[in-house]
Amino acid sequence: MNAGPPHWRLAPNLAIRPFPLASPSPMQPVISVKNLSKTYASGFQALKDINLEIGKGEIFALLGPNGAGKTTLISIICGIVTPSSGSVTVDGHDIITDYRAARAEIGLVPQELTADMFENVWSTVSFSRGLWGKWDNPAYIEKVLKDLSLWDKKDDKLMTLSGGMKRRVLIAKALAHEPTILFLDEPTAGVDVELRQGMWQAVRALRDAGVTIILTTHYIHEAEDMADRIGVINKGELILVEDKAELMHKLGKKQLTLQLHQALDKVPAELASHHLALANGGSELIYTYDTQGPRTGITGLLTDLSAAGIRFKDLDTTQSSLEDIFVDLVRQDRQ
Amino acid sequence: MNINLPAIRAIYKFEMARWGRTFLQSIVSPVIATSLYFVVFGAAIGSRITEIDGISYGAFIVPGLIMLTLLTQSVANASFGIYFPRFTGTIYELLSAPISPFEIVVGYVGAAATKSILLGLVILGTAWFFVPLEIAHPWWMVGFLVLTAVTFSLLGFVIGLWADGFEQLQLVPLLIITPLTFLGGTFYSIDILPPVWQTVSLFNPVVYLVSGFRWSFFEIADVGVGISVAMTLFFLCVCLVAVWWIFKTGYRLKS
Ligand SMILES: Nc1ncnc2c1ncn2[C@@H]1O[C@H](COP(=O)(O)OP(=O)(O)OP(=O)(O)O)[C@@H](O)[C@H]1O
Ligand SMILES: [Mg+2]
Repeated sequence: MNAGPPHWRLAPNLAIRPFPLASPSPMQPVISVKNLSKTYASGFQALKDINLEIGKGEIFALLGPNGAGKTTLISIICGIVTPSSGSVTVDGHDIITDYRAARAEIGLVPQELTADMFENVWSTVSFSRGLWGKWDNPAYIEKVLKDLSLWDKKDDKLMTLSGGMKRRVLIAKALAHEPTILFLDEPTAGVDVELRQGMWQAVRALRDAGVTIILTTHYIHEAEDMADRIGVINKGELILVEDKAELMHKLGKKQLTLQLHQALDKVPAELASHHLALANGGSELIYTYDTQGPRTGITGLLTDLSAAGIRFKDLDTTQSSLEDIFVDLVRQDRQ
Repeated sequence: MNINLPAIRAIYKFEMARWGRTFLQSIVSPVIATSLYFVVFGAAIGSRITEIDGISYGAFIVPGLIMLTLLTQSVANASFGIYFPRFTGTIYELLSAPISPFEIVVGYVGAAATKSILLGLVILGTAWFFVPLEIAHPWWMVGFLVLTAVTFSLLGFVIGLWADGFEQLQLVPLLIITPLTFLGGTFYSIDILPPVWQTVSLFNPVVYLVSGFRWSFFEIADVGVGISVAMTLFFLCVCLVAVWWIFKTGYRLKS
């Protein structure tokens, strides 16, 4: 999508920065959520005092189990659900008092596949562009449809499309007005592997062009691949917001498993300083270390092991994925 | 104040295109219904009631028939137009777009009113086929046509926002609009009613519409033209307030 509309190519976040900042740079928030709570008419509290800032041009992944409140949060920012208390600004515009300016920036791909089944692809995408206050631009719509591999379907009625195609039509509708902020609520649900790759490529291209992207997904490796920052929401509470790399670093442990020749009853005293653990009936020694630390301590461990006369037949290392981190977090929160 | 014109145009175009897909049905059924009314009321009853206020009965019922179509079609089109996106969920787009309630209303109500005005003219054409007509005040006629179409499209819009199912969507037209129209002097002059019912009729807004509309054709009316115009405008305002309140509170639109 490199040949996008001019403002995408300008990457405004780079142009506006007044002076070079040391990394990691304090971000320039484009969405700012303050003390946001939502209680539905049923009395159910879906969001509890959410505070969140999303930086210009970043990809922010919102993770959380079913019913955590991800869609509710997105819906409030986009104007579909009214907040019970708290405030949200988009690019400095309050979403209630200055909704026109706030919403003009935003494109939304909803989680539910809702579409005007009797419309054709071209007219439904053009309709969205009009709603956002832009006059026709057939060349641009053509480009969006081609980028999403929908060009040959442009005259087809939506009801004749497959689920994955409908999802892509919703993405095309969201992009039709050239938004600078894009919300993707589970964009890859029901999209096949190949197209998913293509979709993420398109998302990266948008980000490179300066579009801020907020997405939710249940495929955690997608968040791991795509996101700059990650927020975890559980039971309406934002329990964590962190730089992805930092998160992986902080919580991402690596384990070295040594399969021993002879099982041990307990960890020998001379190895106590290594904080080892025995597993699998004493036939495995597990050493946990931090990959990002100044030293891993593996060399010292191996030296001490041979000094203690412990021999091993095989070894294996595993690193906790974002998935493990996420499951851990949610489980802790539940206790 | 800036107005989101592309949005109004997009909604208007969308609604007219929806109509275009079923254009023939939309035109054919009111035309057939009107023809039937002419056969039944014009030929059967008209052979007994020859004249009302010096106008042949066949001609007398024309303004009423046009009003009947105008009211039912305005309500049906506008209520369906806004209910359908609520039903399918595509309303999310309207709610998240940078558009004001005013622009949404202009788009939907404008399209619904356009359709029913066009249909009204088709009925007029059909009527011409059966009875010779002369319109005394064409501009007033068009004025009443537009005002009524807009007012009842607004009413339909309110019903479409309020309805919680297709049954409710049908209920109001069936239980309220149709009876009001039939009892509103569509096919008779309310002068022929007993005094009590004449008084009751004055609470029926349709009486004023039909009466004013008929005056623009034949210069005969059940109530003064000024009162007709005033009542129509009053009803228009009531509907506007209802729409304004719904958007202000998000009633049945936002959770
Ligand atoms: N209109 C509503 N009225 C009442 N409760 C609602 C409404 N919409 C959502 N909820 C409740 O709010 C909670 C959060 O829902 P939400 O859709 O935000 O979850 P989510 O994180 O998007 O979940 P998922 O991963 O399944 O999409 C759920 O418990 C849901 O039942
Ligand atoms: Mg959701």
